[in-house]
Amino acid sequence: MSETHSETVAYVRETMLPPEPPPLAETGAIKWLRENLFSGPLNIALTFVGLGIVWLVVSTVGPWLSHSVWNAGSMAECRQIIAQTWGEGATGACFALIKHRWNQFLFGFYPQALYWRPVLAFGLLFLALAPVLFSESTKARRVVLGLSLALTFVFAALLGAPMGALLGMAVLMLLWAALIETRPRWSLLASLAYPFIAVWLLWGGSLWSEAMVLAGFCLGFVVWRLLAARFGLLAFALAVMATAAWWLLLAGPLASVLAGVLPLRLRPVSSDQFGGFVLSITIGVAGIALSLPLGVILALARRSDLPVIKLLAVMFIEFIRGVPLITLLFVASLLLNYFLPPGTNFDIILRVIIMVTLFAAAYMAEVIRGGLAALPKGQYEAADALGLDYWKAQRLIVLPQALKISIPGIVSTFIGMFKDTTLVVFVGLFDPLKAMADTIRASFEWKGAYWEPYIFVGAIFFILCFGMSRYSMYLERRLKRDHH
Amino acid sequence: MTTRTTAIPAASDEAAIEIVKLNKWYGTFHVLRDIDLVVGKGERIVIAGPSGSGKSTLIRCINRLEEHQSGKIIVDGTELTHDLKNIDKVRSEVGMVFQHFNLFPHLTILENCTLAPIWVRKIPKREAEETAMHFLTKVKIPEQAHKYPGQLSGGQQQRVAIARALCMRPRIMLFDEPTSALDPEMIKEVLDTMIELAEDGMTMLCVTHEMGFAQAVAHRVIFMDQGQIVEQNTPKEFFNNPRSERTKLFLSQILGH
Ligand SMILES: Nc1ncnc2c1ncn2[C@@H]1O[C@H](COP(=O)(O)OP(=O)(O)OP(=O)(O)O)[C@@H](O)[C@H]1O
Ligand SMILES: [Mg+2]
Repeated sequence: MSETHSETVAYVRETMLPPEPPPLAETGAIKWLRENLFSGPLNIALTFVGLGIVWLVVSTVGPWLSHSVWNAGSMAECRQIIAQTWGEGATGACFALIKHRWNQFLFGFYPQALYWRPVLAFGLLFLALAPVLFSESTKARRVVLGLSLALTFVFAALLGAPMGALLGMAVLMLLWAALIETRPRWSLLASLAYPFIAVWLLWGGSLWSEAMVLAGFCLGFVVWRLLAARFGLLAFALAVMATAAWWLLLAGPLASVLAGVLPLRLRPVSSDQFGGFVLSITIGVAGIALSLPLGVILALARRSDLPVIKLLAVMFIEFIRGVPLITLLFVASLLLNYFLPPGTNFDIILRVIIMVTLFAAAYMAEVIRGGLAALPKGQYEAADALGLDYWKAQRLIVLPQALKISIPGIVSTFIGMFKDTTLVVFVGLFDPLKAMADTIRASFEWKGAYWEPYIFVGAIFFILCFGMSRYSMYLERRLKRDHH
Repeated sequence: MTTRTTAIPAASDEAAIEIVKLNKWYGTFHVLRDIDLVVGKGERIVIAGPSGSGKSTLIRCINRLEEHQSGKIIVDGTELTHDLKNIDKVRSEVGMVFQHFNLFPHLTILENCTLAPIWVRKIPKREAEETAMHFLTKVKIPEQAHKYPGQLSGGQQQRVAIARALCMRPRIMLFDEPTSALDPEMIKEVLDTMIELAEDGMTMLCVTHEMGFAQAVAHRVIFMDQGQIVEQNTPKEFFNNPRSERTKLFLSQILGH
């Protein structure tokens, strides 16, 4: 290149170009339609097929839904009203069924006068969970607390809770909420006590028997803390023995003595009166709460360096995953009866909870193992190099990260398990979907109702499961910390 | 450079680390062969050598991130055996800085620095935080204390990693290629931090290919190849007057470009 030419080639920009909006055809609805629906012959064809299917569904379900009857005393009356209003041969939904029998879908055969007890137990669940689930976001926590307080109170009142119960529960919930807001750490203790309160509210009886079970756990914990430094693993065995001795020998007599001094009794409700969503949610919540820690332990055991522990974990997980849940439920209902000494009363709901927990825990373990495997080796090494022992490293470094990675899988397992609680119908429990629907259909008035119960129960399941799914998305967003 | 060396305290004769006839295998692969090495208190050693020569493995044996099969490693009077108590004791006295920082991404910078002092040394949270801020100031990033590691540059992360190790008040620091994952302009800030540490008289073992750093702070350079110590000498002699052919080849390669 010549020198004169190089002078004309050299170039320095003096003004920077401002950004301009894209040309019109490149934005807006028209662009979207063209790109997504009509971008080629195949796409155009698929678009019309899709529209056709939508039309088919809407044209059959639409009239049925819009011809719905809410005020009627029986199926026959429903049909009559539909025929009168929309002409002979018209079909319509008879949601009057739901209006009359919603309480059975929700509460099964739970005594009507006591409906406020499951409602309160459900409301308190959110108080117990709030400090855990919304530990960092004060605003979200207050919204949840406020809503659960107000809704629980209103529903309990609407469902006919007696004045004394309403008063007591208002005081209890306000105190608890205040504790959560002022002393979040202490409120975790209250959260730990929640299962016992819930069991008492649901099944009734003397509060002292639940209190004695709880006291057994506390005793075991104290024994373990006192002896752990000196005896290591042996302390754990001693703690278990102390707890067992307490439950077997002291708990019963002490509970009756205390009940004599201060009777804190609720009317007992037996397990066969449970049904509908009270049953599903009881099993579901207990299963979720128990399967997560068990799953964590199984996942850690499966990655353990100790061959025996690893083998046990692998065998357990593979066995449980290889067997259908229904099989386990049959085992719970039938087989355990043979093994238990005659005359022992091992509650059927408790047995089902145990089986559902084991089942979910096996899946949970694999989900969490995936999270553990995804952690870079460097994290373990850094923890080791800083002198953290195995349990501290797991608790402070490994599990927080592994669980965070596994949130979508964990919540999927929760949701799957919650829906699986409907399978308890096979061991004679009254799940909302099949057993309750059949019970109601078997009555004279509602014979012939088919879709309505499914729609109602399905909608409630959807709300609960969708809620869990939204929470998991919220949690993922909140825990997003790496900005890579 | 000569002024620098005089500013840095000399090593004492007391041994901080004693390694005798150390051998290690990965399966059948003999990674470390008959390593003998004594590191004095306050001594600073740079370990160099080609990739795969066992440098990382050697320093990882010193805090038992890797287990050795024969020979002895004695750190500050404590021999590393299967005894977990000894391992914990050694680990609490030896700080380590990794090539890829290995900060805990779910914790803030401050929490990264206070975690081990609180849970291992059982220091009250307040005090641990003060110590952490002291060392974060020392590595010149106190203003980042409440950010998460993902929000920091590589050089800043590595300085946090150094501060995190220092918060345990170690007597010995191990560095495994602390600058080789960094962009050139960040290497300097990390090396400066390490030089400052050297001026305080810390016992240091550093795997690095930063020969400028070796000349500035090291008492000794150790050259490893195929799991053995091939040559060791003062930095000056090592660079100007290498004895073995392997060393000459290595130096020509790393100084060549
Ligand atoms: N966990 C392991 N299992 C099997 N072989 C390994 C393992 N870790 C390292 N090695 C091998 O041991 C040898 C020494 O590895 P080491 O990481 O100590 O080398 P290095 O000198 O640090 O190399 P670099 O400069 O690449 O970091 C290498 O050949 C490597 O392939
Ligand atoms: Mg290496």
